[in-house]
Amino acid sequence: MTAIDIRNLDVWFGVGAERAMAVKDVSFQVADGESFGLVGESGSGKSTILRAIAGLVPTWSGEMKVAGEALGARRSKAFYRKVQMVFQDPYASLHPRQTVDRVLSEAMGLHGVQDIDKRIGQLLDDVGLGAGFRFRYPHQLSGGQRQRVAIARSLACDPSILLLDEPTSALDVSVQAEILNLLTDLREEHKLTYVMVSHDLGVVGHLCERIGVMKEGRFVEVLAVDDMRRRKAKDPYTRHLLDSSINSVR
Amino acid sequence: MTDDTPLLDVDNLWVRFRTRSGVFDAVRGISFTLGRERLGIVGESGSGKSMTGRAVLRLIRPPGMIEADKLEIHGEDILSLPERQMRKLRGGRVSMVMQDPKFSLNPVMSVGHQLVESLRAHEPVSRSEARKRAIEVLDEVAIREPERVFDLYPHEVSGGMGQRIMIAMMLLPNPEILIADEPTSALDVSVQLQVLDIMDKLVRDRGMGLMFISHDLNLVAKFCDRIAIMYAGRIVEICKASELHNAKHPYTLGLLNSVPDLEHPRDRLEVLQRDPAWREAPSVSARQ
Repeated sequence: MTAIDIRNLDVWFGVGAERAMAVKDVSFQVADGESFGLVGESGSGKSTILRAIAGLVPTWSGEMKVAGEALGARRSKAFYRKVQMVFQDPYASLHPRQTVDRVLSEAMGLHGVQDIDKRIGQLLDDVGLGAGFRFRYPHQLSGGQRQRVAIARSLACDPSILLLDEPTSALDVSVQAEILNLLTDLREEHKLTYVMVSHDLGVVGHLCERIGVMKEGRFVEVLAVDDMRRRKAKDPYTRHLLDSSINSVR
Repeated sequence: MTDDTPLLDVDNLWVRFRTRSGVFDAVRGISFTLGRERLGIVGESGSGKSMTGRAVLRLIRPPGMIEADKLEIHGEDILSLPERQMRKLRGGRVSMVMQDPKFSLNPVMSVGHQLVESLRAHEPVSRSEARKRAIEVLDEVAIREPERVFDLYPHEVSGGMGQRIMIAMMLLPNPEILIADEPTSALDVSVQLQVLDIMDKLVRDRGMGLMFISHDLNLVAKFCDRIAIMYAGRIVEICKASELHNAKHPYTLGLLNSVPDLEHPRDRLEVLQRDPAWREAPSVSARQ
């Protein structure tokens, strides 16, 4: 089954002469349990696609079908139980004056989850934090721990699809490795579908099976990661991206 | 000026902050020299790498304190230098490129105006001469139509262009030492290499010393001659960039292995297991 089916998506900002097209005629499908990556430079529209799916950008046209539901101008509550988003900067996405406990219980309360108390302990275990972190404030956590809390919050209502917007780009490489491992484990345990945006081909290549390469709002190429590894990219822009990211010393 | 005096000579440098819960040591007794070479300083956030860069320019304000047995730029002791002379030195003989061009360029001044101002602060040149040199240096950092860019404001240029303008500005007074603190981490991968190539070429052509501070070990390895790896305010390992694959310290290996590599996929990435002994081990000297 397809978890996400997007056809001819256009997204724009501004009106009249000011109107700027951020995403132009993008179509792609993501199967259940698949992990799909979106890469491109800043301003290429990759995050905008995620935001359009999540319902954070109202100005779009085209067809979007997510988890069997055709999306319109408004999203249903059931939609948000199935689809959740993790943002780039863990320093900005957590309320500085709310404890981890409150952040998580609010998310669960909104979705009518029963037995919140037990679930919080379980969620914190899931993301490798443990119950000791339950009553901490964000400033008492490191960047990696905050991102774990943000991931726990997105998992609070047991969604099937996670939209990941550069979840590790604000973190150190060593912490990035921990978060990427966590995402790999969670995907296996909870049978999640990922759509992940990143400008780092290494990160996307690690987590995803297929990649859509974007430039100026359009897909230039959709290819399997294996093909990319074998340098089978056809488009010159994809090749350019590949050349600039293969910089390993070994 | 003999050529064997290092451009920068640092011995037993400490950076301390007084806090309510006692003194916090951000940099704990590191030693290094910088010749006409490219020295990379690598570490995680909080390892003291940026503090080291700032300490060299005495850019740490109270309550922070800088202590060192020796802190010399080209044989001249800068710890005892009066603030007036320090200001001449900063941006003149030693300049620094910061992480994000959005925050280091003045948003209400045109690019050209800022370039001219920075040059005239250090050299007594006429306006027209300064303008000429500013346009030349913009051209050097591979900016097309430098005359047009000269009149633009920072919000009208892209991030990569902004960072090249910053580099141009820092190179204008012909410094001996360039300190680059994560100069490309705010940029896209595709622009990163371009900016680095430009910086590399300029540094080599002018025979400057470069201190390159970054958290990206692979990037530094590609781009520097020597690499100092910092952990908890100390240098845990120093090696030639070409011999990084022979690195021995578990922290260095951990950093190398935690990067997802497109060409060599692995199911799980290696996660750093931090050993408390690393923190206590004495700093390795990076003096030459």
